[in-house]
Amino acid sequence: MAFAIQFLIDVLSLGGAYALMALGLVIIYGILRLVNFAYGELIMVAGYTMFLTSGSGLPWLLMAVLAVAMAVVFGILTDYVAFRPVRAKSVTAVLITSFAFSNLLQNAALLFISPRPRNVPLPDIFSQTVSIGGAITPVRNLITIAASIVLLAAVAFLMRKTTLGIAMRAAATNFTMARMLGVPANLIISSAFALSGFLAGVVGLLWIGRIGTVVPGVGLEPLLVAFIATVIGGMRSLPGAVVGGFLLALIDTTLNYTLSQDLLKFRDAFTFSLVILILLWRPEGLIKGPASGQRT
Amino acid sequence: MKQSYLTALILIAVIAVIAVGSQMLGIRLYDRIATNLLISLVLVVGLQTFMGNSGLLSFAHIGFMGLGAYTSAVLTIPAQMKGMALPDLYEFMKVVEISPMLAMLAAGVVAALVAAVVAYPLMRLSDAAAVITSFALLVVLYTVMNNWSALTNGPRTLFGLPKTTEMPIAAIVAAIVVVVALAFKESRTGKLLRASREDEVAAAALGANIPHLRWRAFILAAFIAGIGGALWGHFITSFAPKAFYLKETFLIITMLVIGGANTVTGAVAGTVLITVAYEGLRGTEAALNAGSSGSGQVIGLTEIVLALAMIAVMIVRPGGLFPNREIGHILTRSRRKKEKTA
Repeated sequence: MAFAIQFLIDVLSLGGAYALMALGLVIIYGILRLVNFAYGELIMVAGYTMFLTSGSGLPWLLMAVLAVAMAVVFGILTDYVAFRPVRAKSVTAVLITSFAFSNLLQNAALLFISPRPRNVPLPDIFSQTVSIGGAITPVRNLITIAASIVLLAAVAFLMRKTTLGIAMRAAATNFTMARMLGVPANLIISSAFALSGFLAGVVGLLWIGRIGTVVPGVGLEPLLVAFIATVIGGMRSLPGAVVGGFLLALIDTTLNYTLSQDLLKFRDAFTFSLVILILLWRPEGLIKGPASGQRT
Repeated sequence: MKQSYLTALILIAVIAVIAVGSQMLGIRLYDRIATNLLISLVLVVGLQTFMGNSGLLSFAHIGFMGLGAYTSAVLTIPAQMKGMALPDLYEFMKVVEISPMLAMLAAGVVAALVAAVVAYPLMRLSDAAAVITSFALLVVLYTVMNNWSALTNGPRTLFGLPKTTEMPIAAIVAAIVVVVALAFKESRTGKLLRASREDEVAAAALGANIPHLRWRAFILAAFIAGIGGALWGHFITSFAPKAFYLKETFLIITMLVIGGANTVTGAVAGTVLITVAYEGLRGTEAALNAGSSGSGQVIGLTEIVLALAMIAVMIVRPGGLFPNREIGHILTRSRRKKEKTA
């Protein structure tokens, strides 16, 4: 029983984080059909904001808000630097500019801060553990689960009930049509980037809360997770991203428990092989997105 | 077709000038830089065969270079050194020792085989999904190289490769690869693939089996990357898995994209240009580090400048320096124009 609870909490907390990461990527992809390679760096930005403000004596919650705000700012900046100037040209051009922007941010961190890991301040609650039904769990896992439930619900509400969300979904379904009906394109795209940055910021806090330090390459793993989760989920569908995130977490956690120490090092390779099998079966991903519209 | 011969001739002349020129100067540093350039050329042109013709970005290329380098290493490290260089190597492989030329071919074949197996499902995906799974593939190849200690010595540096890559060999391989890339571009597969790059639906309607075409190009690119990896391995003689990761990927993609991914001419031009810029910036960085002793190291400046250059090129000239015509084509056209006006 204790094992079952342990397993469930592990899957849910990892899956919640994965789902949020994937969601942040899909929101952009859904509207623009463009992949944001600089997404992982938003998490890095959140982490370094925490590190840089750690000496200021601000309460932790304020620093966290600041970190998320910086991730939002850099999300919008990504739009202006890497996406807007080349958006109309070609898919490859945007892939390359966002890849270059990601490298730019990483190397800026390398140059101006340090290649070495930096400590991030964390409240005590992140390192405490509790016992639920005999299973000893870090509190941060429960925080992650709670945060992901709240955020997923909030995003679902935003997308379904608010004008902004409906406009975003309309733009994702058929961008040209949405524009003709008076949806302001640039505003919608920038809001999508802001939302993506917000999700990255929150995930960044939770993710870095697990590790405790931030390095310039910290965004790589979340980026990869988001990539794989969205591909499994179907690239264009928001529920698909969430499902993909949880499925990936399930695969990862199961492998964590079942693989021997020698094989555990290859976990990513195993996960990826499973993903390839899923894609052999369903090349379109698990959940089909809205009918394809014109790319902008 | 005549234009392709002209292109091949000009590009091979460029390679020859680089090779002979750096020898004539007789400075060892230049010799090293030029050899490095030619090896990069092999890799970038290899990437061009896939990316240029299919229009899809592939991030996994450097991973296949790594496969090639390690394959060649395992096959060529002298038997008496293997105990030290690869202590955990499987018993039956300890006695294997073949000539570097043969090993280079084997390196290409291994990379191509791995590519053939993994890439088949990936090429069926939509464009964006194929690109991001190629990124995941790079990470997986890196993970495997980093952890399969028996064959790669794990994350530690592997040493003991015989130094067999000299300037002439690098130049010859680069020239062959350029010719292969041009020939592939004009082959049936290459033409159909380029048709699918321009308009996927129309090409499919004409009967092009797009996933299969992409798969073929991907295997060819991996084969060339494997050869390039072996070439590089025997040039540098000791390396660790982290040599085959994001930093190198960024560099070869920069080279290809700034030069122009759609043309072999662009791949060559980009490699030359970025190698020169890179070495220049590296020199500046080193000078800055030597000047400001103690007050922190300057690192990452080179990459920042290259990233900015890449974004600028994409905004101003999204197709790169040579967006769609090979050099031979450009020259014959301009001559024809002159004849008309005359």
